[in-house]
Amino acid sequence: MSYKILVFVKQVPDTQNISGDAMKPDGTVNRAALPAIFNPEDLNALELALQLKDKYGAKVVAGTMGPPNAAEVLREAMYRGADEAVLLSDRAFAGADTLATSYALSCCANKIGKYDLILCGRQAIDGDTAQVGPQLAEKLALPQISYVEEILELSKNKVKARREIEGGYEVVEAPLPALMTVIDANEPRPAAARRLMKYKKARTPFELSRDHANANYTDAEALAVEQENLKSRGLLITEYSASEVGADIQRTGLNGSPTKVKKIQNVVLKATDSKMIEANEAGITELIHELIADHTLG
Amino acid sequence: MPNFFTDNKDLQFIFDTLDLKEVVALKEHDFKFVQEFDHAPADYDDARDNYRRVLEVVGQICGENIAERARTVDQEGPHFENGKVTYHPLTQKNLQDLKTAGVMGVMLPHQYGGLNFPNTIYTMMTEMVSRADASLQNLFGLQDIAETICDFGTEEQRQEYLPQFASGEADGSMDLTEPDSGSDLQSVRLRAWQDEKTGQWYLNGMKRFITNGCAKVHLVLARSEDGTSDGRGLSMFIAEACPELVVRRIEDKLGIHGVATCELQYNNVPAKLCGQRRRGLTKYVMSLMNGARVAISGQALGIAEAAFREARKYAEEREQFKKSIDQFPAVYDMLTGMKVKLQATRTLMYNTTKVVDLRNSYVHMLDNLPKEQLTDEIREKAKYYTKLAALLTPMCKAMATEVANQVSYDCIQIHGGTGFMRDFNAERYYRDARITNIYEGTTQLQVVAAIGGVVLRVVESELQPLLSLPYEGKLGRLKGKLNEMLELQRKAVKFVSERKDSAYLDQMARRLVECETAIYVGALMLKDAFNHDERQPLVERYVNDAYIDAKAKYEAITSGDTSVIDNHRDIIDY
Repeated sequence: MSYKILVFVKQVPDTQNISGDAMKPDGTVNRAALPAIFNPEDLNALELALQLKDKYGAKVVAGTMGPPNAAEVLREAMYRGADEAVLLSDRAFAGADTLATSYALSCCANKIGKYDLILCGRQAIDGDTAQVGPQLAEKLALPQISYVEEILELSKNKVKARREIEGGYEVVEAPLPALMTVIDANEPRPAAARRLMKYKKARTPFELSRDHANANYTDAEALAVEQENLKSRGLLITEYSASEVGADIQRTGLNGSPTKVKKIQNVVLKATDSKMIEANEAGITELIHELIADHTLG
Repeated sequence: MPNFFTDNKDLQFIFDTLDLKEVVALKEHDFKFVQEFDHAPADYDDARDNYRRVLEVVGQICGENIAERARTVDQEGPHFENGKVTYHPLTQKNLQDLKTAGVMGVMLPHQYGGLNFPNTIYTMMTEMVSRADASLQNLFGLQDIAETICDFGTEEQRQEYLPQFASGEADGSMDLTEPDSGSDLQSVRLRAWQDEKTGQWYLNGMKRFITNGCAKVHLVLARSEDGTSDGRGLSMFIAEACPELVVRRIEDKLGIHGVATCELQYNNVPAKLCGQRRRGLTKYVMSLMNGARVAISGQALGIAEAAFREARKYAEEREQFKKSIDQFPAVYDMLTGMKVKLQATRTLMYNTTKVVDLRNSYVHMLDNLPKEQLTDEIREKAKYYTKLAALLTPMCKAMATEVANQVSYDCIQIHGGTGFMRDFNAERYYRDARITNIYEGTTQLQVVAAIGGVVLRVVESELQPLLSLPYEGKLGRLKGKLNEMLELQRKAVKFVSERKDSAYLDQMARRLVECETAIYVGALMLKDAFNHDERQPLVERYVNDAYIDAKAKYEAITSGDTSVIDNHRDIIDY
């Protein structure tokens, strides 16, 4: 049998390669100055899905919620092996915290329909909350396995996975459908050249009409034909608005987000001089006295 | 984590400025494949966008994965037991990454599962893979074998083997060298005989120094014509791994440790003839070797790039006498020289691959188009680019591989004692570079291959347009120097030709080829500097050094000094 796996991914600012103007004066992230990338652990989730596809046969659908430009991470998912892509995009989703995000994604999952597994990265590098996956499972009433390293077995009714716990790991089973959040425990595969050359042409309906508008070309019929053409070649990225997934806009975006930022603290890490400790009794004694003196110990 | 494409300004400069319009239009048959294949490009810009994207993927794999694994691969290498070669687990991972990226059939036509990229783009990948792990290039580069089957095999052979190569399912080896036939391949003895009843061919004999001799698909040069002893009695065969094909041992080498170099014994191995009988060496192996020479040039360039970067990084970080050592003239002079040599080599490299691409396309048309479609233009271009590629390929290989040795030598020198230690990459680059100017024809043989074209002044037609741009100021003065070098070179060639003394020509050939290379490379760099101001300091350094060197070589060539020819025995035997 073939499985259907949804992988929810996120486009995030690249916080690993930050330059000087990465933060605005008010201490918030300057998204415009940072390159947008595929959230790293979401790549691990996608890799896990693709491994299942290789081993058991599966249809992998990549989904994301974000602005129109987030279609780029969906294309990247397709370069690596995702079969289909869904973009959940609407002004009503803007400013969402984890609660509103997981609600919107749950509507999207319901709209997509029957699936066997949902995979998410454990957390995104911009918010680092690790909440969206678990919340999504709750909203969909799915069993969840978080911190997954590896899937050991997948069968018609259940999945057996290895998850990381402090100081070790545990092996757990869950009935299908289930949701898992995945950690950085595999090596995401590179884009495949031929897929890259094909799917770089994949577009959302919004992107297609934007391309037309940019070219001052507004023939609605031609647009429809082109859209049909893309669809027949598997190059049309599905795009859903809030109403199309049946979302209650009181529960999405800023409306649906109870999280309020109280204060932002700008922490500057300063490097200090290192100090050599002699590797003998006297050196250690001296260090301990020093640590007690500055209240690090005791 | 570095991306070996996007972190390389010079490589990107070449990618951005090299005009491949004609190359790509020929390769894509005027972009007709787009009708049939989703991934085929619709026009030149689309093709270039594909190339850039795929180069970035390969650059990422090289920078993030392969380079990290290289030292372990070098230290531990492949394993050989009971006639079976097992590659290092990290080498296997490297190959898996490249397979997943779909770059094991880069130049193969779309219809066989390949990417149909030109050699120029493939060589950029070669360079990056080699920068990460030179030994991996020996496996990555074996896709050239599929090229040979594609060019000369039957349609049935193409359909059988090419998709396997493109998917990475099959790997290859080219089995040419024998214990008594290295540079002199005409003397190959491995025997092919045909069962007259079934028509089946069988191979018997030995091959030595076979890179990846444990491969699934072998291209074998064998003597098919009884009673012959020269190149015209040799044919090319395709054999597959089987119990009759025995790997006797693998070599313990100075460098490129990651790849197995095998000794093979053929005990009546069933084989298929590839192409026509008797043309094995004269046509097919020459073609295969020409492709491989370009690949080895790319490998050498990649090692040089890695060595330069390692040296530069170390010189910036290492402090002596209270400042970083790159501030001392003796060190920054070395670093400058390394960088200029590196960029000069890259300039020659990709102008060579462009000519190779044009030659491949026009020759392919000549061999495959119906007679009525063959125009004089196609015939002339096929002839012209064949001649030019036959000069540039050995020139490029000689330069790139010697430069790789010089740069990796200086890399250790800049590291000082540290560079002598196994804990650092410098010594690996030095060892890996050392084979490049030996295999696929030594530098001495590249000189033999190039000297004819130098004497016939093949490069003149390329030089004229390069030297006729309206250069002014500094570039004008550099053009003057290049013109002076060219004048000296013409005189030197005339001097040597008029002596009609083949021993003297052989004696002076390397100097002549090196001067020719310097003039051509200088002219190419001058053109780049004309179009891009930022390249001016490079061409200035290159031409100033080359000018002094050329004058000294001219003195030597026209000296008439035959003391080596006359007295070498006495001197050697003293």
